[in-house]
Amino acid sequence: MAVVEAIDLHRTYRTSTGTFRRKWKDVEAVRGVSFEIGEGELFGLLGPNGAGKTTTIKMLITLLIPTSGTARVLGHDVVKDAREVRKSIGYVFGGERGVYERLSGYDNLRYFAELYGVPPKRIRPRIDELLELVGLRGREQERAEGYSRGMKQRLHIARGLLHDPPVVFLDEPTIGLDPIGARELRATVASLAQAGKTILLTTHYMFEADALCDRIAVINRGQIVAEGTPADLKQRVADGTVVEVEVFGVPEGTVKRVRGLSGVLSVSVEEREQAQVIIVQTRADVELTQGILGTLDGANVGRISRREPTLEDAYVALVAEQ
Amino acid sequence: MRILRLLWVGWKFHVKSLTLSAFFILTSILQPIIFASVAYFMFRTGAREGTLLYVALGAGMMGIWSSTLFGSGGAIQWQRWQGTLEYCIAVPPPFLLVILPLTLATATIGLYSLTATLVWGWLFFDVPLEVADPLAFAVALPVAVVGLGLLGLILASTFVMYRNANALSNLLEYPVWLVTGLLVSLSLMPGWVGPISWVLAPTWGVNALREAAIAGNPWPEIGMCLVLGAVYLVIGHFALQHFERLARERATLSLT
Repeated sequence: MAVVEAIDLHRTYRTSTGTFRRKWKDVEAVRGVSFEIGEGELFGLLGPNGAGKTTTIKMLITLLIPTSGTARVLGHDVVKDAREVRKSIGYVFGGERGVYERLSGYDNLRYFAELYGVPPKRIRPRIDELLELVGLRGREQERAEGYSRGMKQRLHIARGLLHDPPVVFLDEPTIGLDPIGARELRATVASLAQAGKTILLTTHYMFEADALCDRIAVINRGQIVAEGTPADLKQRVADGTVVEVEVFGVPEGTVKRVRGLSGVLSVSVEEREQAQVIIVQTRADVELTQGILGTLDGANVGRISRREPTLEDAYVALVAEQ
Repeated sequence: MRILRLLWVGWKFHVKSLTLSAFFILTSILQPIIFASVAYFMFRTGAREGTLLYVALGAGMMGIWSSTLFGSGGAIQWQRWQGTLEYCIAVPPPFLLVILPLTLATATIGLYSLTATLVWGWLFFDVPLEVADPLAFAVALPVAVVGLGLLGLILASTFVMYRNANALSNLLEYPVWLVTGLLVSLSLMPGWVGPISWVLAPTWGVNALREAAIAGNPWPEIGMCLVLGAVYLVIGHFALQHFERLARERATLSLT
């Protein structure tokens, strides 16, 4: 049986502009999202900012009511049986917000332990276990306002696990963390998966999804555009090639011109210090280096390289297809 | 048992959190003593009925009301800003059991106002602090605080739904002082104010405290305060259920 089921979920927001003459507009954040997560699976929801990841997760954890469609967690409907769903899930949002800043880390955990119905005798040992797990042991009596972003994020993880939930939702848990903090947090997520938790992880870091997830769904503009194992997704662009061209000042309209070349699958531009790198995915049977250089209007070009596609390239291609 | 425990732990948590807010505590102490001074001067120049303690208790209750109003609205808005409102909504217990300790805590913090007002009056306006019936006073005080906290619960439900509902708290502060007899005697008010004052717990709360202080009979007022508190609890429960669902439908729980 699927532990988490999303069936044709839709969510529309109503927004307005103007002060006296308000104009209302409906924004479709999620447009027919469906997926299933099996027991003990670590499922990744991958997508750019504004793709609908957080909206989807908020519907699954009962914070938003879907405009249409249904979702179930452990067989409980997220709208009709919200209380049952809440008992069996833990969730963590990325970022610094969401802690009682004036109180200590311990006070925060103690309060939520009560809200989640942890038996009184278990509260202290459970908090101790979690402080150990997330590496906050010794800092728990300090006010949370003095915690670093990483420490707050680890406090979130501990809070989400207080009642030992079988299902855990992690919404961009490593966002804004330094590389060491992010690596430690990924190790914690991996250990949760090993402990048999069913996990839904949203992220826009490809390597994170690649390293952690059993299965990935790529979401863009509110719709799932691909689903499969990381290997499946890489396979979608395995027969292609990636050309990277370092340019010092990309001329206007270059991306459009490169995209117009025959055999180009996707184009993106990355900033790297003083230069920009044009990343072009092409079909394997075409050689487009000269064609790409021809679109640059004589701009100053640095290093040019070719390589095999990665999961990130697969993701960029999927998102660019939309 | 579990419900009582949840309320107790939640109340302690929020009292501690509010007490650590220097802004909230300073507001709870400084603002009431300014208004208390106004009330004392009005009493002295107006040849009013009652005693100085009668005025002091009214002024103190004004502080408790301001604290409840400002605290319930401000705390929910602050929770929205710091991102804890969503975490508090998506927990298994009914939202009533999450918010009620918060509104009771804000009313409790109002005791700082009452204390500051009485001490201020004693130091600078010769307010006598002798209470005629200490037992009745000791009962009336927590009952008044609970009554106001439960009224705050109804207000808090609107603050959950509307992101800018705390503007309402500014509108409600002074009218409630007037129509509940905290600042001036209700006998000076037009007749239509009477029915409004009867359905507001501060009216009965302050009367209970005043009766206990001057050796009257505070028990009917204490009873009314409890009855109104029970009514507020029922209304607050349904209002919270309704507004929580609306907030989840309209996505107003967070700022993003």
